[in-house]
Amino acid sequence: MAAAMPLALVVLLLLGPGGPARAESPRDSLREELVITPLPSGDVAATFQFRIRWDSELQREGVSHYRLFPKALGQLISKYSLRELHLSFTQGFWRTRYWGPPFLQASSGAELWVWFQDTVTDVDKSWKELSNVLSGIFCASLNFIDSTNTVTPTASFKPLGLANDTDHYFLRYAVLPREVVCTENLTPWKKLLPCSSKAGLSVLLKADRLFHTRYHSQAVHIRPICRNARCTSISWELRQTLSVVFDAFITGQGKKDWSLFRMFSRTLTEPCPLASESRVYVDITNYSQDNETVEVNPPPTTTYEDVILGTRRTYAVYDLLDTAMINNSRNLNLQLKWKKPPENGYIHYQPAQDRLQPHLLEMLIQLPANSVTKVSIQFERALLKWTEYTPDPNHGFYISPSVLSALVPSMVAAKPVDWEGSPLFNTLFPVSDGSSYFVRLYTEPLLVNLPTPDFSMPYNVICLTCTVVAVCYGSFYNLLTRTFHIEEPSTGGLAKRLANLIRRARGVPPL
Amino acid sequence: MISDDQAEQFFRSGHTNNWAVLVCTSRFWFNYRHVANTLSVYRSVKRLGIPDSHIVLMLADDMACNPRNPKPATVFSHKNMELNVYGDDVEVDYRSYEVTVENFLRVLTGRIPPSTPRSKRLLSDDRSNILIYMTGHGGNGFLKFQDSEEITNIELADAFEQMWQKRRYNELLFIIDTCQGASMYERFYSPNIMALASSQVGEDSLSHQPDPAIGVHLMDRYTFYVLEFLEEINPASQTNMNDLFQVCPKSLCVSTPGHRTDLFQRDPKNVLITDFFGSVRKVEITTETISLQQYSEMESSYKEDQMDEELMEPLKYAEQLPVAQIIHQKPKLKDWHPPGGFILGLWALIIMVFFKTYGIKHMKFIF
Repeated sequence: MAAAMPLALVVLLLLGPGGPARAESPRDSLREELVITPLPSGDVAATFQFRIRWDSELQREGVSHYRLFPKALGQLISKYSLRELHLSFTQGFWRTRYWGPPFLQASSGAELWVWFQDTVTDVDKSWKELSNVLSGIFCASLNFIDSTNTVTPTASFKPLGLANDTDHYFLRYAVLPREVVCTENLTPWKKLLPCSSKAGLSVLLKADRLFHTRYHSQAVHIRPICRNARCTSISWELRQTLSVVFDAFITGQGKKDWSLFRMFSRTLTEPCPLASESRVYVDITNYSQDNETVEVNPPPTTTYEDVILGTRRTYAVYDLLDTAMINNSRNLNLQLKWKKPPENGYIHYQPAQDRLQPHLLEMLIQLPANSVTKVSIQFERALLKWTEYTPDPNHGFYISPSVLSALVPSMVAAKPVDWEGSPLFNTLFPVSDGSSYFVRLYTEPLLVNLPTPDFSMPYNVICLTCTVVAVCYGSFYNLLTRTFHIEEPSTGGLAKRLANLIRRARGVPPL
Repeated sequence: MISDDQAEQFFRSGHTNNWAVLVCTSRFWFNYRHVANTLSVYRSVKRLGIPDSHIVLMLADDMACNPRNPKPATVFSHKNMELNVYGDDVEVDYRSYEVTVENFLRVLTGRIPPSTPRSKRLLSDDRSNILIYMTGHGGNGFLKFQDSEEITNIELADAFEQMWQKRRYNELLFIIDTCQGASMYERFYSPNIMALASSQVGEDSLSHQPDPAIGVHLMDRYTFYVLEFLEEINPASQTNMNDLFQVCPKSLCVSTPGHRTDLFQRDPKNVLITDFFGSVRKVEITTETISLQQYSEMESSYKEDQMDEELMEPLKYAEQLPVAQIIHQKPKLKDWHPPGGFILGLWALIIMVFFKTYGIKHMKFIF
């Protein structure tokens, strides 16, 4: 109830100053962009960015007319006096080693960091209320953000937008790593877009394809930027970004050819009528070490070249607002094909069957020059049946060594030798051509310590049990089944008489 | 011209808005079917007209984007994979750890912390018909939430009574699909409540069929047949509650579904399914036209605003990693707080003991 009251007050303020004659003119523009980057590992990354620039001072004047800029976020900026807001939801991890550097990486789970204006008196209270409101907007459990997972960084997370002074007291940062990202977070994110998911690049945003990926990150960034080159006035920028990485094996079934239809199960039909710019960029930089080039179909009209993240890259540009590219009768389905024939690799794997046959793994690899290639296999240790242990199980179990058969290029060309004329050490392996020689190398056998049971246990248990049974049960049995009667001691007996005789002779008292 | 019966029917139900509270209380992948149950009811309710703003959907675990789901972002109700009940437009209001007994009772009774967003509130009034659907693992008199706590039938009945006292519902339909579900509605005592359960006390509710591709059971029998029944309802249909009571006979469901109507004022045969599952929308068509202001008029005022909004000094972007500034920044002095009562008392005690043992003569050296 209390939250409804201030909200009502804010609404009144927004409607108040709007004069009857001059309506609020919408001064916002939308740019949308999709960057498709084929990655060195055969996967493909797609990064969407939807950017709305709004030339308005949200603090100074009351705003009553929202056109492209979503009202839900605009009201947040004015109510909580935000300077910057960055909220991201991520599932997966960006593998920089295989995929190269990302444009924008985010923490796995939900990450929220906010710069408040310096007019805010109680930053912690605004932060708590803001996270609650955002949890309602994005259907996420951001209401779990409280003082136990919020920090105020003192050196990093400087504002990404315009900032005159940076007193870190107004910055708050929180991460919820357990947060799951699913369709219910994508749905409100899509609804913030001006064209929703009906036209333009956002028709490609289908949940069942976007979540079948190795990496999915969607974010909302709000910050103030320069309105013009002289930078004398402020505009608000809202960027909605979505990055996904499609896996070559899961979605591509092992082939490295990609198309928009294969990735998103949709093609582009029309640009968003509200967008001033709507482009698709495809990274066609040659990967010089493999000598592979990617061929894009339909051929692009223009290319764009620049130094991105430290390296020079070339992009093919497709402008959706260009009617030659896309119109009512043509859909745009970009296709990427790799020109080099598929690499000649070979893998053969035969899994083990318990107590029947072992694992067999054979791989043909082409090693790149001046590099180190590591091949590793993970295995688990299991318990054997107790009769299968050797008499000395604490020694360990041996795993047979790996075999490496290689063709090593020679420094000097060798000529084919005559088997009978040359020494024996030169004719171990047949040589087909002199440019390389064949070697077969072995690794050490691996000695694995398996968990061994205590073999003395059965013996100990039998001893203990038998003792207990004999002592307790035996005693009880005797007590219960035997009857006791008093016996008169026998008076006579030959042995006794003889013994008494001898005792009398010795002088010892008789029995 | 509308006849008298049509006019009477228009006003028969007495409610002006519809709400739905759909709760799945089970966590873990093998309870996939409970999430599928709840999402099927969600889907039917949305299809029949209740908007997301009037639905409070609580799912205790995420099945669609679970790493064990071979088809991400989907939840299926039938092993032929025909119906993805998760859909493309779902809005889950309470998810994962937020689905607790406390939050559920707070939603029902309206006693919610002030910063809760609207989508997480049940903003019903005394003319609201509310559908409450619960599913999960239950027993005789309780329903288990997330394997760590439970709600008893007495607590639930008291919550409904609170709702009645606060005039938070006009009529309430309570459906529960758990083992021994009928025990949950035994204790209700507030008026205008109709309840359905999938099994009687002492019986277990069984699941429908497993799917070899996904590896778990996809749905429970009772909700499966209720979903089949609801798929044939459209917003204008006249099917009544008596048909819903017949939905899953013992031959199909193995358990005996039960229902309770003694607290309900109207006769179930007069209660339409759409009174609870659909949404009341009384639409008036008008033939007047409204003209909107032209866009070009606003353009002209844009130019004059451009002139008078320039600031004096140019602004600049912040440096992202100002190393020199960071190294030389002084650590912020924490605000000084005066020592608390305990510390003061402790020091006073120490000083008193000192002066008592060594005598008062030391005092003159201090003062």
